Amino acid sequence: MWARALRVRFPVPLDRGRGFASKAGPQGKVQEVRQGTHSPRLASQGAGRVPAAKIEHLERLALVDFGSREAVARLEKAIAFADQLHALDTDGVEPLESLLEDRCVYLRSDNVAEGNCTEELLRNSHHVVEEYFVPLPGNVSLPDMVNKTPSPTAE
Amino acid sequence: MEGELSGVLNRRCVEAAVMTGLALNCHINKKSLFDRKHYFYSDLPAGYQITQQRLPIAANGHLTYSVYMGKKRSQMTTKTVRIKQIQLEQDSGKSLHDDLRSQTLIDLNRAGVGLLEVVLEPDLCCGEEAAIAVRELQMILQALGTSQANMAEGQLRVDANVSVHHPGEPLGVRTEVKNLNSLRFLAKAIDYEIQRQITELENGGEILNETRSFDYKLGCTVSMRDKEGKQDYRFMPEPNLPPLVLYDATSLPADADSQQVVNIDQLRDMLPELPSATRERLVQQYGILPEHSFTLLNEVGLLEFFQSVIKETRAEPKRVINWVLNTLLYYLKQQNLAVSESPVTPAALAELLDLLDSKAISSSAAKQVFEELWKGEGKTAAQIVTEQQLELMQDREALEQLCQAAIDGHPQVVMDVKNRNPKAINKLIGLVRRTSLSRADPTLIKEILERKLSL
Repeated sequence: MWARALRVRFPVPLDRGRGFASKAGPQGKVQEVRQGTHSPRLASQGAGRVPAAKIEHLERLALVDFGSREAVARLEKAIAFADQLHALDTDGVEPLESLLEDRCVYLRSDNVAEGNCTEELLRNSHHVVEEYFVPLPGNVSLPDMVNKTPSPTAE
Repeated sequence: MEGELSGVLNRRCVEAAVMTGLALNCHINKKSLFDRKHYFYSDLPAGYQITQQRLPIAANGHLTYSVYMGKKRSQMTTKTVRIKQIQLEQDSGKSLHDDLRSQTLIDLNRAGVGLLEVVLEPDLCCGEEAAIAVRELQMILQALGTSQANMAEGQLRVDANVSVHHPGEPLGVRTEVKNLNSLRFLAKAIDYEIQRQITELENGGEILNETRSFDYKLGCTVSMRDKEGKQDYRFMPEPNLPPLVLYDATSLPADADSQQVVNIDQLRDMLPELPSATRERLVQQYGILPEHSFTLLNEVGLLEFFQSVIKETRAEPKRVINWVLNTLLYYLKQQNLAVSESPVTPAALAELLDLLDSKAISSSAAKQVFEELWKGEGKTAAQIVTEQQLELMQDREALEQLCQAAIDGHPQVVMDVKNRNPKAINKLIGLVRRTSLSRADPTLIKEILERKLSL
């Protein structure tokens, strides 16, 4: 399944003065990234910075609170680490989208095999009304970047 | 083992998807893929929905439907709407809003159940066309057994994407209209939205690419715009589902496990009669007009009613269709009743038509009997005829005498008739009908009068 033709081109010259290792982020040297083939542009403005508006957008999408400048810096380093993938020349190579690509999905027959476990399922929830689940109210609204306080993450 | 990771798909869903794709003239993709569509909502516990965004099971089909054209809406013409694709996906749970206690209630019974999404191209031009096209789709799905397609029960859900543009220009910004749970509201909502957009643009405003909900009480669409802005679904290949592979007669593997193999050609052979074919067959079988067979299929239960009457009566299909469409359906529509709620049963109508066919009663008497049957008091047609003395006069001699009496008693009218006044003869016929207490066949009256007046 891994039999793919890869041509890995290492960017020349290598800027050896700028390797950085962070405590909590990815280990090891990060090689300077040269644009590879078919590489989607990541939203970064010079020196791998992720703009504030994009951070807010990501927070809303993933319901994650970055909370601090350090966390954002960690994110930027993670992106830079992943950017090394662009060093690969993938011209003419079909993307591997799934490890299961050579298989076919298993088809099961249309028979009811399980169920009748209403009580058990409803017990999973704190708040139940007449056999309905009651979620937390609305989509938790996030405070804006100016008044940054730790916000409760949705369950 | 790698196999432990893979998810499993219900075979019946795949068959239903293929049959629907074939019925809608689509290309069936022998290999289709599954994706994850991410968003947060309380009725989606996993935080993502499995769908087929990149490569769906079927694509590039079309749906043909008929519309009435012209001022009198008497001409039928066929139109086509292209099918962009059909995809298999998971249903979410159902959310109910308890406004009283400001909370949302979630029912997860349908979460994860297989859905088919049919995506149409923007070829429809107005609410009425959309309703007709969706009705046709509904009938196809019902004929296939893919779905009972009842909109009120959420078995068929429709979202309408509406935009306006000047002829020749590209499509305008579209809005998505949701909460349409009947064909009537579908048409209403679309027409409202078209007008709203036109008015907005003519006033120099702009259309926002947003989701709107149809408020059926107010008859208008209302913005559902989320404060969070445009959704980013972060589509990614579904890691737990391998590609869905379908076969046909040529690609069928020799040692295939029949449970695991879906054969497109085999399913094509099993396709039942679709509505368009049914309509044609009815025209051939009963000698009725295409418009008639269109109505027979369009009204729920009407075809079955019609066929029941045909089975029990001696009357010709042409007469039956006339009474079913022009009388029964008319009465039903007047009182907004479904065919299943008709106080007149097929058996009752069949009996009435037999009486008419054997010339025991005149057609105007038959109308009276039908009116009485409609009251649903349990009387049969024969009983009503006897009670109201509606039997046609069998005594030819007596009728001749009544005609003579009318002639003798109305010399002025006779003069008008002889002067070729076209309305005069009807006056005479009317006079005889009254004296005969509507128990004579108007055609026979006319025949006798004309002979007596040597016309």
